Amino acid sequence: MTTTVIDTMLDEEWGLSPAVALRPEPFGAMAYHFGNRKLTFLKKPELVSVVRSLNQCTTVRAALMQAGIPEAQWHAYIAALHSLAATDMIRASEGNKQ
Amino acid sequence: MSIGITTPLVRPTGGSLVDQFEFGLDAPICLTWELTYACNLACVHCLSSSGKRDPRELTTEQCEAVIDELQRMQVFYVNIGGGEPTIRPDFWHLLQYAVDHQVGVKFSTNGIRIDKEKAAFLASTPYVDVQISLDGATADVNDYVRGPGSYATAIRALENLKEAGFKDAKISVVVTRQNVGQLDEFKRIADEHGATLRLTRLRPSGRGADVWDELHPLPEQQRTIYNWLIANGENVLTGDSFFHLAPFGESLPGLNLCGAGRVVCLIDPVGDVYACPFAIHETFLAGNVLSEGGFKEVWQESALFTELRSPQTSGACTKCSFFDACRGGCMAAKFFTGLPLDGPDPECVQGYGEAALAGERSRPQPSQDHSRSALPKRAQPVMVQIGMRPDISSPPVSACAASPLAGFQP
Repeated sequence: MTTTVIDTMLDEEWGLSPAVALRPEPFGAMAYHFGNRKLTFLKKPELVSVVRSLNQCTTVRAALMQAGIPEAQWHAYIAALHSLAATDMIRASEGNKQ
Repeated sequence: MSIGITTPLVRPTGGSLVDQFEFGLDAPICLTWELTYACNLACVHCLSSSGKRDPRELTTEQCEAVIDELQRMQVFYVNIGGGEPTIRPDFWHLLQYAVDHQVGVKFSTNGIRIDKEKAAFLASTPYVDVQISLDGATADVNDYVRGPGSYATAIRALENLKEAGFKDAKISVVVTRQNVGQLDEFKRIADEHGATLRLTRLRPSGRGADVWDELHPLPEQQRTIYNWLIANGENVLTGDSFFHLAPFGESLPGLNLCGAGRVVCLIDPVGDVYACPFAIHETFLAGNVLSEGGFKEVWQESALFTELRSPQTSGACTKCSFFDACRGGCMAAKFFTGLPLDGPDPECVQGYGEAALAGERSRPQPSQDHSRSALPKRAQPVMVQIGMRPDISSPPVSACAASPLAGFQP
C-alpha cells in the first residue's frame, strides 16, 4: 500500500503552499502557515533542500534528485512530505488534478 | 544507582526538538509584546503589575520599526498584550501595520474596546487572532480577581465577535484554586461562542506574587487540571504552560520545556526585552529594542540569552526519574516564590515543591510596578513612626559615656 502512495507522489508536481514561509534554523527550518497558523519544524537540512527544490522541479522525484538524496532514503522523505501535506504546508500543483 | 540523564553540551545533529530548542533559535517562535502598561482593570494577579501608562512607552514610529525588524527576522506572529493594548490610540493602526508586514497578530484583551464596529473590522482582517481574558465561568468568580463588571465586558466582547462572524476567538483562562472546578463550564462558554478555550498557569509574577499563596491550585487540583487536559487533548490550548504536570504520566501536547530566552521572550512597553512574559524582573532583562543592534542583537547575542541557551544545571532535579518530563519546571515560578532556579518547581507534582516552599527562602522585590496608587502594593513603604518610648524622659545613655552620673535619674 505504501509503495503505491510513494509511486504516485514521486511523479507528481508539488510545491510549497502560497501561505507558507520557511525560516532557516540551525537544525533545518521552521515552516509557518499564515492561513491555518500551524507551525512545523523541518528537522533535517536535507529535508529543507527537498522542500525548496519542489518549487523548481516538475516532479517530486526530480526534487529528491536535485537535493542529492540517495534513492534508498526516498521512502523516508516521501513520508515526511506526506506529513507536511497533511497540514497544507506543501500542496500538489493544479496540473496533477485530472 | 545513578540515573543516566544527561543534557547534551553542544547542539546535537538531529535528535528531538526539545534538544534543539534548549540551544535556542535564530528568532523566537513565540514573542509576546506588551504595548502598554496602561489598563482599565486592576486584576489582582496581573503578571506585569499594570495600571498606569509608562511615559517612556514606545512611540508609534518606534513600534513600526520593531515590526519591520520582526518581519526581517521572520517572526511570523506576535502575541500582543499589556496592560490593555487596545487602550493605545494607535493600537488598530499597529495591528494593521503588523499584518501588512507578514507579522500575524494574536492580541489579548479584556474586551473593553471590542464593540460591534471593531468586531466587524477584526472579522474582516486575516491573520488576526483575538484572545479574551476570563478568569471565572461565573461573574462572582471572575470579578473577584479581575474587578467588578469585567465578566460582563468579556462576555459582551465574545458576543460581538460571534455576531460579526469572527471565527475561532480564544478565551484565555488563568487556572486558579477558585475556578479549577469550572473547567467544563469554561468549555461550554467557549463552544457557545464558537471560540477555543485556552488555559494557562497562574504565575507568581507581578502582582501575582501577592496572591499566589491564596490562588494557586492545591496539589489535588493539579491532578484535576492534568486529567482534564488529557481528556480534552488538542481541543484546548495551553500555551504549553502546564509542562510541570507532565510527571503525572503521559506528556501533554506541546513543548514540555521552559522556553525562556530559547524560543520565547517578551518585549515590554518601553522596549525592554525579558526572557519570558512571566519574568518581568531586572534579573531576566536581556536588553532593549532601542539599543543600536535592535531586537535582533538582543535575541541573538545578549549575555543573558546566551546563558539560558547553554547547558543548565538542574541540581537535585536531575536525580528525579521524572526530570526528562518537566526539566525542572517553570523558571519564573521558582524565581518569584524565592526558590533556587536549579531546584524543583513550587508546584512540582512529585511534592518536592512543597518541601522547598516550607524551607528558608526570600522572595525577590519587584523591579517595576505600574499599579495605580490606590492599590495595595507590596513595595509600598510601611507606615511606622520612629520616636522615643514615652516612658523615657531623657536620651538613652551611650555605652561610652564617661560621666559617673551618666544614666542617673533622681
